[in-house]
Amino acid sequence: MSGPSTYVPKSAAAKWLESRLPIIGLVHSSFVVFPNPRNLNYFWTFGGILAFMLVAQIITGVPLAMHYTPESTMAFSSVEHIMRDVNYGWLMRYVHANGASMFFIAVYIHIFRGIYYGSYKAPREVLWLLGIVIYLLMMATGFMGYVLPWGQMSGWGATVITSLFSAIPFVGNAVTQWLWGGFAVDNATLNRFFALHYLLPFMIAGVVVLHIWALHVPGSNNPEGIEPQTPKDTLPFHPYFTVKDGFALVCFMVFYAWFVFFIPNYLNHADNYIEFNPLVTPAHIVPEWYYLPFYAILRSIPDKLGGVIAMFMAIVLLAFLPWLDTSKVKSASYRPYFKIAFWIFVLDAVVLGFIGSQPPEGSYVIWGQILTAYYFLHLLVITPLLGLFEKPLPMPASIAEAVLGKAGSAAAISAHAASSPNTKG
Amino acid sequence: MRFLNLKRPALGAGKFVLPAAAAMMFGLIALQGPVSAAEEANGAAAAEEVSPSLVNWSFTGFFGHFDTAQLQRGFKVYKEVCSNCHSLKLLAFRNLGDPGGPGFSEAQVKALAATYQIHDGPNDQGEMFDRPGRPSDYFPWSFPNASAARAALGALPPDMSLLAKARAWERGFPVFILDAVTQVEEDEGPNYIHAILNGYTHADDPNWNLYFPGHKIAMGKPLSDGQVEYTDGSPQTVEQYSQDIAAFLFWAAEPKLEQRKEMGFRVIIFLSVFAVLLYFVKRKIWHDVHGATSPDAH
Repeated sequence: MSGPSTYVPKSAAAKWLESRLPIIGLVHSSFVVFPNPRNLNYFWTFGGILAFMLVAQIITGVPLAMHYTPESTMAFSSVEHIMRDVNYGWLMRYVHANGASMFFIAVYIHIFRGIYYGSYKAPREVLWLLGIVIYLLMMATGFMGYVLPWGQMSGWGATVITSLFSAIPFVGNAVTQWLWGGFAVDNATLNRFFALHYLLPFMIAGVVVLHIWALHVPGSNNPEGIEPQTPKDTLPFHPYFTVKDGFALVCFMVFYAWFVFFIPNYLNHADNYIEFNPLVTPAHIVPEWYYLPFYAILRSIPDKLGGVIAMFMAIVLLAFLPWLDTSKVKSASYRPYFKIAFWIFVLDAVVLGFIGSQPPEGSYVIWGQILTAYYFLHLLVITPLLGLFEKPLPMPASIAEAVLGKAGSAAAISAHAASSPNTKG
Repeated sequence: MRFLNLKRPALGAGKFVLPAAAAMMFGLIALQGPVSAAEEANGAAAAEEVSPSLVNWSFTGFFGHFDTAQLQRGFKVYKEVCSNCHSLKLLAFRNLGDPGGPGFSEAQVKALAATYQIHDGPNDQGEMFDRPGRPSDYFPWSFPNASAARAALGALPPDMSLLAKARAWERGFPVFILDAVTQVEEDEGPNYIHAILNGYTHADDPNWNLYFPGHKIAMGKPLSDGQVEYTDGSPQTVEQYSQDIAAFLFWAAEPKLEQRKEMGFRVIIFLSVFAVLLYFVKRKIWHDVHGATSPDAH
């Protein structure tokens, strides 16, 4: 990944293992001596935070699965059994349920960081595509997880989302019934969602391995958007980035803990503490907050099939960003107009999320349509055209120059070259 | 495209966050304006939507805890009034003695359970029978099933075990963000229950409620002053009853609240100290490389 490993096993046991399975060398070259651009800012710590969140979700999910009953008449009360009778069951459930939200907060920061700094551009297109695959798997996993407590929002959210597939011409109804395993969201639906909710995280873990592999071929992008050229542009992963990522992770955990221990139901919907009743529809059905922008896009199109297509396109188009963005300059720091367009796009997505949480009436409808139109305008028109017409600002010659200035950069060569023998692979 | 040729130094990402956030605020407030106006226009039928007022609960906030005496009074209100119609099916008698709850002693729980008749069986002869309750039994409902309740009352009274977490109202845009800090959001349920019980403001119509969506509530005014006798000197008013029952129901819905907040206090302190230590370790490690991200770069 970063060229031949510099790891030399010392003990006899390590030598024995390394000559048969060079796994210590792999870890050593990937997470110890791996050269990272020295100018990474704190937005680059969210990859590590996301890895932590995946592990946290799996670790809390396993005991929850042990005490949960995936059966439609018992699911709701089995969750309450976890909350009331299982030792620290309340803790496991709140850590897991809020963990999903933290996972999405981190992934949205991670994605927007990628867009701002042009991290999807050559040579990192495959890395970006794998990230989109992870994001799609996360959305499926989060959706199915929200169904499991079998509250009103669980059941009705599942009904709304699975009914989207009925918009497909000709086979829509058949597909929807196939997803349900019956003629409505019922026990069969719950069973398969539980099985898939347990399966998908391990698929995510698999794609995460590919994601990290694809990251370690070109190495991380950085705030300057210029590739490292000499060893003075980089620092070894350990200790510089282990300690930095660790610090950021613990700060993130303080934020996470606030939700778990003090506002555990803040991101939940009160109706989900009412058991699912297929005969009583809630006043308005809203999905989890992390789907709200897409939900707003779905509802903005007056036609059902059109709405479904727009919603899926809103995600699929992100996968095409490496080709939609025509600028050769990666970082928005050197793209004065892209930077403005980026923040308007962020604002657009956030306000779309708010509109998704509101009933589709009054001025919310027209605002939802305007913001949906802008979402696509940004991706399909503004992003390609800006790359053609925008004149980028002058860029530094190297990362070291950007960080240390020209004089410091020269001084760092002698000081740093001796301590870090790594070269870019 | 000369106008795109900006001769300005690059702005840092941070400089854009504030204007963006401000624009977002104004945008959302502007969005809410016309909608509330539209609601008012067609809202003559819906009448005024009144938000429940906030009670100063003992369980709000960082150091929130239940008031044991209040939970006991609330249980008395439940037992004498609410339980005539509402079930509490997720709670067992033993829960009344759990730590962080109403604080009944083991003997009290046993004695209380024995006053209930529990339908059990079949016995060795294959017959169902009634027996005195045990602490491990769950609170029985006064109706054999939902249809019986519907037939007798005209509507199905909701189960009360999770009622205080299953009710909420929209707090509106800037407020709901502040709620994440003040933790008021968690108390929406008890505030709503308290409001409903004080919302029967039309003396001629026992089913009119100021706070109920649509104002027509199936439950007739359930409480009146002096209805439940308190032995601890607390005022025997609807206001007091409604606070006590709301607190009891919030405990019933969230019985681990005290453990949660106690543990949360320790976790937040531990993580904060850990973060500060890590910050200094990070500073020391990065000290010699003069990175832009090093706080003492010079």
